[in-house]
Amino acid sequence: MANIWVHAETSGGVVSTITLELLAKARDLGEVTAFHAGADAEQVAAELGAHGATRILTTGDLDNGLPGPALASAVAAKASEESPDAILFGTTYGGRDVAGRLSVKMDAPVITNIVDLLDTDGLTGVEPVFGGTTNVKTRFTGEMPGIFLVRPKSFNAEAAGGDAATVEIMAVPDLGATGLAKVTNRFVEESDGPKLDEAGIVVSGGRGLGEADNFQMIEDLAGKLGGAAGASRAIVDAGWVPYSYQVGQTGKVVKPDVYIAAGISGATQHMVGMKGSKTIIAINKDPEAPIFSIADLGIVGDVHKVLPALLEAIGD
Amino acid sequence: MKVAVCVKQIPDPADPGAMNPETKTLKRDVKLILDESDSYGVEMALQLVGEDGEVVLISMVPNNERNGLNNALAMGADSAILVSDDALAGSDALSTAKVLAAAIQRTEPDLVLAATESSDGYTGTVPEQVAELLGLPSVTFAKEVTIDSGNVAVKRQTEDGYDEVDCPLPALVSVTAGVVEPRYPSFKGIMAAKSKPVEELTLADLGIETSTVGWAGGRQEIVSIEPAPEREAGEIIEDEGDGHERIVAFLQEMKVI
Repeated sequence: MANIWVHAETSGGVVSTITLELLAKARDLGEVTAFHAGADAEQVAAELGAHGATRILTTGDLDNGLPGPALASAVAAKASEESPDAILFGTTYGGRDVAGRLSVKMDAPVITNIVDLLDTDGLTGVEPVFGGTTNVKTRFTGEMPGIFLVRPKSFNAEAAGGDAATVEIMAVPDLGATGLAKVTNRFVEESDGPKLDEAGIVVSGGRGLGEADNFQMIEDLAGKLGGAAGASRAIVDAGWVPYSYQVGQTGKVVKPDVYIAAGISGATQHMVGMKGSKTIIAINKDPEAPIFSIADLGIVGDVHKVLPALLEAIGD
Repeated sequence: MKVAVCVKQIPDPADPGAMNPETKTLKRDVKLILDESDSYGVEMALQLVGEDGEVVLISMVPNNERNGLNNALAMGADSAILVSDDALAGSDALSTAKVLAAAIQRTEPDLVLAATESSDGYTGTVPEQVAELLGLPSVTFAKEVTIDSGNVAVKRQTEDGYDEVDCPLPALVSVTAGVVEPRYPSFKGIMAAKSKPVEELTLADLGIETSTVGWAGGRQEIVSIEPAPEREAGEIIEDEGDGHERIVAFLQEMKVI
């Protein structure tokens, strides 16, 4: 049976959704070990077990060090003893840090941005390119365990009902200079509504809004519908809204029941992040905008007219 | 203070071309431009070093292309190291990191800057791989960077906010798009760029075996390239003052309102 290792991302005893998604896939592929950095391994053992992990390898508390160097060093040492068949990460800030460090430690290549993992003649990753119009399937040819980075929302996070995972402490080798970066403060940006990547309704705005102040209409509409506000990369780059709003290849992947794209033309970079939405409504003045090719309802019109009218029609 | 900035020259994302069915990679026979993601790192470096510092660009290509590099030099970078070698074609993220790290090592910078990911390959692992190869601490996904007495302080993007991270130099920092406003090259800058030093190196110059990078170094194979199942377009209507009503009806049908 294949040995599959999964990066478990947790915070204060709460397991991230992407970790549960990875576990759901991993347990179909073989025996699952979760690896983890932080002080909360015992707290999450039951949940990780219920989702298919039989064991947690943890570094324990890292005393405000960033997890990348420590977790990668510890896992590399452990992997050289046990030779897992594949090591899975979510495409997250933390996941990419650890995966990058680990790939160098193990001199192992990475296959990134995959949305599916096929167990055919060696594990094969499926990566969408060109805005999701083309799928590229890639597999490793070498001897080493393959490192895969999986995009969020690729698998359904369902519990399987296993026993609590056992917890095993990993030794962290001396990190030298690589361990010198320390977190001095943590800030949580409170928002009133649901989180962007978990919301049932997402309203996103793009360059077609004309100016930064008009993004308030997007916030207002999201608020009225009980959804979250998102943005195209163009207006994030322009500084209208923070990076955390960005929907797309670089940014959040969203799969809400309803996605409303206002003033977004549909660059491939954006479409990859939202084309999995159940339904899509697009408002854009250019009838040729690519976003219309995937919209269930497309309104060819001026967002400066349609959005105010829509806000008024919905009322409070 | 010396800052090395990793920059990538890529096909214009507005016209990315197609996959080459034989090599199964992105066709790169078009003119390459500076990856917009990297313009933020270049700008950040120029602001951090101020008047007396030095900004060195680090880049690699299989074919001597310099167009994008010239753009970054015109913005104000002082010099560049360009690793150009036929054997680099098909390089994966780890191979890329090995080459960039070897080139960076020659310049002994105080700080290495990179974008969080390129706009064509999107692997998003290269900065961290470079840091590990160089034995440097790193802070990724920076949305604000300040340097103070041998330390770099970074506001690092997290899933639900940001962390403040402190790190002694030398270090590597990857910056998110939008952190600074990249300047447009002035006419003077464009003219000056032509005489700035660009050191062109081969893999042999860096002591890297050609078998460890490019196609051979990737140790992976593309099994297939297939069209993805298409999503059907729905109803597209021209707004004649009633567009919002159609949206309301749609949302009601979805039981959202």
